[in-house]
Amino acid sequence: MSDINHITTSFQTTTPETDFEVRSLDTMCVNESHLQHPWYYNFKYTIVGLIFGIAFVKAEIVSWFRIQEMFRLQSFHMYGVIGAGVVLGALFVWLIKRFKIKTIYGEPIEFHPKKFNKGQIYGGLVFGFGWAMTGACPGPLFAQIGTGVSVVAVVILSAIAGTWVYGYMREKLPH
Amino acid sequence: MIELLSQPWPWWAAGIIIGLTVPTLLLLGNKHFGISSSMRHICAACFPAGIPFFKYDWRKESWNLFFVGGILLGAIIASTLLANPNPVQVAPALAAELQGYGLTDFSNMLPTEIYSWESLFSLRGFILLVVGGFLVGFGTRYAGGCTSGHAIMGLSNLQWPSLVATISFMAGGFLMANLLLPFIMRL
Repeated sequence: MSDINHITTSFQTTTPETDFEVRSLDTMCVNESHLQHPWYYNFKYTIVGLIFGIAFVKAEIVSWFRIQEMFRLQSFHMYGVIGAGVVLGALFVWLIKRFKIKTIYGEPIEFHPKKFNKGQIYGGLVFGFGWAMTGACPGPLFAQIGTGVSVVAVVILSAIAGTWVYGYMREKLPH
Repeated sequence: MIELLSQPWPWWAAGIIIGLTVPTLLLLGNKHFGISSSMRHICAACFPAGIPFFKYDWRKESWNLFFVGGILLGAIIASTLLANPNPVQVAPALAAELQGYGLTDFSNMLPTEIYSWESLFSLRGFILLVVGGFLVGFGTRYAGGCTSGHAIMGLSNLQWPSLVATISFMAGGFLMANLLLPFIMRL
């Protein structure tokens, strides 16, 4: 009996960690709200996106040239953008946690720790290659097509295909 | 005012707006800033194909698609009402390097020699646009986030795995831009 118990425990401890598949891979985009709202409530996020999109274009974050300069250390611009964004974002996240600030609907704001997995390294390198080639991370992709360069539609479709292929072969990839 | 806004914005202006987006989304509805997940939701909505990774209620995450739609609209406004008539400023060293690859048109933020339908059907254009786009989609999902989810949101929340991811993004970008891109650009 104790043998069986021992086997069970050792089996449990060697069971691969699979929680990342459920949450960690997409923690940042899992909807934590328990409130049910009509669909058009989502338009407030369109307004936020709109201001964000204007900034993306006007500060040339969507520029292929700015990204090339960043990866060649020829310009401070992108480091300033990301650095200022992180510092300000961290300040507000700290304030929200410190004063337990709630959402406009009175719900507590939740944070979830991100779990490390090797995909953050392998996938990160793969994305870095694509970022330097296209001059775009996913946000700027959607802004680039808005600037009227129609061929970007192909880049977006290709990125969606890449996402799909990842989902298809995820079990076979090291994490 | 319009004239001022039509000039290229300095880095701090964009930094402030991006930094403010993080708490705005949290306060509006507990939403964690991230963009690459929208492509997962599109896969889940349009072609889930029975793959477990795409079997979830994407409608619950649809705020992300509304957000991305806003980015598209904002870009349309920025490039029409707030259009900058002047050519893009390019660092002299980069301009010299690019001219060596036959890139001379700096009138647009995306070089027309690469970002055109004619270029798409050349080997160089195909690799940069189609293969590059594929790597962006595959890599961000494999890494569990992109510049927004990891570099901005993850670092704002002081998550060390996001720092690992951000360093990997940059390492991949430096390798590509400095070692591999010179070969691709000569194709």
